[in-house]
Amino acid sequence: MSAPIDTVERKGLSPRQRAQRSRWIQYAILIALVLVAAFTADWAQIVSVFFKPQYIKAAFEDGLMQALVKTLEYTAGAFVIGLLGGTLLALMRLSSVGPYRWIATAYIEFFRGLPAIVVFIAFSLLPLAFEGLTIPLDPYGVVWLALGIVAAAYMAEVIRAGIQAVPKGQIEAARSLGMPFGLATRKIVLPQAFRIVLPPLTNDLILLVKDSSLVFIIGTSAEAYELTGFGRDLANTYANLTPLVTAGFCYLIITLPLGILVRRLEAKAARAR
Amino acid sequence: MALVEIKNLHKSFGTNHVLRGIDFTVEQREVVCVIGPSGSGKSTLLRCVNLLEVPEEGQVIVRGEDITDRDCHLDAARSQIGMVFQQFNLFPHLNVLANCTVAQTTVLKRGSAEAEKIARANLDRVGLNDKVLAYPMQLSGGQQQRVAIARALSMDPQLMLFDEPTSALDPELVGDVLTVMRKLALDGMTMLVVTHEMAFAREVADRVVFMDAGVIVEQGPPAEVIGNPQHNRTRNFLARVLNPTHVEPT
Ligand SMILES: Nc1ncnc2c1ncn2[C@@H]1O[C@H](COP(=O)(O)OP(=O)(O)O)[C@@H](O)[C@H]1O
Ligand SMILES: [Mg+2]
Repeated sequence: MSAPIDTVERKGLSPRQRAQRSRWIQYAILIALVLVAAFTADWAQIVSVFFKPQYIKAAFEDGLMQALVKTLEYTAGAFVIGLLGGTLLALMRLSSVGPYRWIATAYIEFFRGLPAIVVFIAFSLLPLAFEGLTIPLDPYGVVWLALGIVAAAYMAEVIRAGIQAVPKGQIEAARSLGMPFGLATRKIVLPQAFRIVLPPLTNDLILLVKDSSLVFIIGTSAEAYELTGFGRDLANTYANLTPLVTAGFCYLIITLPLGILVRRLEAKAARAR
Repeated sequence: MALVEIKNLHKSFGTNHVLRGIDFTVEQREVVCVIGPSGSGKSTLLRCVNLLEVPEEGQVIVRGEDITDRDCHLDAARSQIGMVFQQFNLFPHLNVLANCTVAQTTVLKRGSAEAEKIARANLDRVGLNDKVLAYPMQLSGGQQQRVAIARALSMDPQLMLFDEPTSALDPELVGDVLTVMRKLALDGMTMLVVTHEMAFAREVADRVVFMDAGVIVEQGPPAEVIGNPQHNRTRNFLARVLNPTHVEPT
């Protein structure tokens, strides 16, 4: 094993110098690739397909902002349902009552294992399967329910971990002050648990922002389009990808700050430890 | 009538038979210190008194009411028994005042103004009226433990349980907490204290209980149990605790 090291060392390079040299080689390859791409690509074509200014303008005029607002509304409602449902499921999973645990476990495993798109297809078929079935608050009701049902399963596991991370002494202190279990959970355990899981919950929120794009599968009316449905529809109309790309950037406007927030929260939590 | 009467208490964790038939009483206004080696079941005994641990056998009778009985209103009974933990267990998401009011307003249904007044009076009692708006994290261990005492006192308990309240403290902070407890004893509070502070037990306790391996080996006035122990086990324990070169691990 020592032979290759000897040969390298004969050249008189320290490990640090070697690491530096390999880094420069990687930079050189990268720059070469970028240059090749820059000179061989048909930029005019790319711009006219993906970033055509007149279609960006058209996207704004046709209601990009309304679609952005819809995405935010769908996500926010689903997040609330996911949070409430997830908290309930987490408490059920930690319950001493067997059936609660079994139901919660079955629910969580089922909806975590299922692709979200399957749930959305199921919701799109519901009115066919159950004639006369109406979910209130159209179109919000269906969207919130479909997204929230899946989100609850993911968030339940995060929240359960948070509850378990609260020291046992906390519930003991609360109980010894005479607080019943439910009250102690609500006033003492859950506030601390949510503080602990704020970063991973924000990650779930980012996933939810993206999952809200699946809403187009349910087949909403044009006024109810969120960003993806809107972008796809307009891209079809103009036979140009620019509106879809524009909608895509709107997602980044939402998710990138949230991503930064997660990193801040994680750093803060690490410092507090 | 005794304030607390414990009869034939047995508690096991799996095959580990921790309490092996404990009988003793605490009278109104009495201060009882429980001493004994680590692992002898002192904490478990204390935790059985407010049913944080459920004993398999025996009774805990508080003011004539058997709290091990299934029909007993456990939460109401607990709200009358204050507990101070070795690790303080303050609520980190609430400030000092809220730590002292949260159970008052929710369990005793006191109005927030009344609860706050009582909390402030008790924080004054433990010498922390200037820390009302601080969060537990911002306080020293000694201050946190005194807030924990004020939190328990705010419920107007009949009995205070202390489980090694100074064992997690830096040596220079122990005195403040013991001073508060001494004052409490003088005010007539009934106290059951697990401690390794022999000087405190000697000075403040009306009675000292020595426990070993899940049984009470001997009990009596501190001058007798600490000053002139009758049993070998007590003598060995005291020799180890009182000899500074052999500090008992906690
Ligand atoms: N929750 C628990 N689960 C299992 N064993 C326990 C638990 N609490 C205490 N024990 C055991 O009971 C015995 C007595 O513990 P404890 O009452 O804490 O003693 P002490 O307070 O006198 O040091 C120890 O052997 C300990 O390991
Ligand atoms: Mg102990």
